[in-house]
Amino acid sequence: MSDVFFTKADRLAARKVAGEVVILRADDSSLYVLNPVAAAVWEAADGRTPLDAVVRDVICRDYDVDPETALRDASEFLVALAAQGILRTSDQPLPPADPAPDGARA
Amino acid sequence: MQVRTTVVVDVGDVPVALSTGDTALAAILQQRFHRFLSPSAAPAFHFDISVIPEDDEDGDRDEDLQVRSEGGLWHLRRGDFRAEWNPDTRRGWIHQRLSPYAADSVLRIVHTLLLSRERGFLLHASSVVRNGRAFLFTGPSGAGKTTIARLAPSDAVVLTDEISYVRRVGGRYMAYGTPFAGELSDAGEPVSAPVAALFGLAWAPDPVREPLAEGAAVQILMRNILFFAADPALSGHLLDTACDFAGAVPAFRLAFAPDARVWSTIQ
Repeated sequence: MSDVFFTKADRLAARKVAGEVVILRADDSSLYVLNPVAAAVWEAADGRTPLDAVVRDVICRDYDVDPETALRDASEFLVALAAQGILRTSDQPLPPADPAPDGARA
Repeated sequence: MQVRTTVVVDVGDVPVALSTGDTALAAILQQRFHRFLSPSAAPAFHFDISVIPEDDEDGDRDEDLQVRSEGGLWHLRRGDFRAEWNPDTRRGWIHQRLSPYAADSVLRIVHTLLLSRERGFLLHASSVVRNGRAFLFTGPSGAGKTTIARLAPSDAVVLTDEISYVRRVGGRYMAYGTPFAGELSDAGEPVSAPVAALFGLAWAPDPVREPLAEGAAVQILMRNILFFAADPALSGHLLDTACDFAGAVPAFRLAFAPDARVWSTIQ
């Protein structure tokens, strides 16, 4: 899975707490907690950087994991969050999420 | 000429006036909120309440709660009430069935909306004051919120056994008593105290108290905070407050059995 672009969905609030990212979906108050590795992928979700570049330049740099395993895990993570409506994915670069509402960052 | 009765319900130092021309509803409200009535307080907000006739079958009595904002006006509706509230004019109305629960729900929602911008929240938690310090006990239904409040020593004051009111005042978080009780529980006492600790409850044969990391405390808070509005900005404020609270107030996992010994692990 390469050349997958991904960005954060709209209408979310997210904060980084002790290395994890806590995400609150405004429409139904669903709560998601991302571990530090998943949080690194989340923070790189700018719609312009493909997943394989994020894995190579962020995950493999910061964590002791081989690129193949990291890409497979990150791909599964992307599919799971996209299914939950937390991330949007495409084979083309994506515009960023709507400007974060007051206070909605991370 | 219709006689109107106004009761001023003061929760968290925010007096809200509820006015109605229905004498039966006025009596219900006075009974429901009797410990929190503050007749001399200047109301911060004012609601006019009318009663839906019992033989009016319009609408679905089982309709779920909906809360939405449009043009600065909040629209609230559920099977047993419809309401509007304008925070700018500080006025609103409630059209409700004859019961204490509709006005109670509107008050809860109004307070959650106000608190979300004031570093505060309503939390599914019992709260108890002892020696001038408030302790919050949170968890889902059946976790032991009411039980631990009932086990509190005789010198303790129960602020609530169901819905806690928390707001940052100055540099610290304060817990306030609330009248928000379920059908089988009673209102709390109308006093306040600085929050000393948050406990996430679980059951165990012997009491065990373990510190919670900040991230775990945020998760427990967010899973138990009452919030009704699908609003990204307010959700962001709420998440900010949970993070700030978790950084300011020690949090613990508290496992216990229905036994007063648990209170020896709390102080």
